[in-house]
Amino acid sequence: MMKRLVHSALAAAVALTACGEKPQTGAGIRSDAAPYAGTGSNFMQPGWKAGDKAGWEAQLKARQLYGQNEYTRTQAK
Amino acid sequence: MARMKFICDAERCIECNSCVTACKNEHEVPWGVNRRRVVTLNDGVPGEKSISVACMHCSDAPCMAVCPVNCFYRTEEGVVLHDKDVCIGCGYCSYACPFGAPQFPSQGTFGVRGKMDKCTFCAGGPEEHGSQAEFEKYGRNRLAEGKLPACAEMCSTKALLAGDGDVVADIFRNRVVQRGKGAEVWGWGTAYGSQQAGQPAGGKS
Repeated sequence: MMKRLVHSALAAAVALTACGEKPQTGAGIRSDAAPYAGTGSNFMQPGWKAGDKAGWEAQLKARQLYGQNEYTRTQAK
Repeated sequence: MARMKFICDAERCIECNSCVTACKNEHEVPWGVNRRRVVTLNDGVPGEKSISVACMHCSDAPCMAVCPVNCFYRTEEGVVLHDKDVCIGCGYCSYACPFGAPQFPSQGTFGVRGKMDKCTFCAGGPEEHGSQAEFEKYGRNRLAEGKLPACAEMCSTKALLAGDGDVVADIFRNRVVQRGKGAEVWGWGTAYGSQQAGQPAGGKS
């Protein structure tokens, strides 16, 4: 009797292994590098070095003031 | 720290759609998906206003709050991005967004709704900067190239401003002080027949 119980338990364990939940190993959102790390491509704007955060910010600010604020270009103030 | 923001100056926008075209071209956005679009209020009525709308990269983004798989993240610069490998295309963000920013490509035999696509502030996504994978999923990463979003840089009247929020605010403030507001605006009297301030003695401005 005991032997039959053990056998049936083992059989059930083997049969039900396929019903188990797969481990979820998804890492969620992968980390995104900072924009001032640069792309390393030839399309990078000259005037700052990749990894230089202050240089990147200064480059963006200069570009913004030159490209979007025509008052600074016409000297009208 | 720079905190990236957009603002569209409705007094300047002429509904030319160059921002829309620049965005589509820069990121090779597929048909049916518009990361940016121009909305006109009171179309055809004197005083109509147009405004260019895309993801506003909210400080307290409702899309982030409702996403069931938590695929959104905010960068150090305040740009709201998402991971397309995590997105399940449920569309909750579309209902939550007040600007209609989230877009869903419907391609394939049955027009199945794909993973969400939206404006990235030209900052790519969670892939290696400048990689082919990043371009195919999220478009060009202009921010990492030291450039500003293509839509703002291509705006013909500089109505659309983008970049560090403090600088955007300074530019806009100076602009409003210079041009005045309402009937003080140059040309207002000629265009709308106003007899208020801003109209020169000759009757035309």
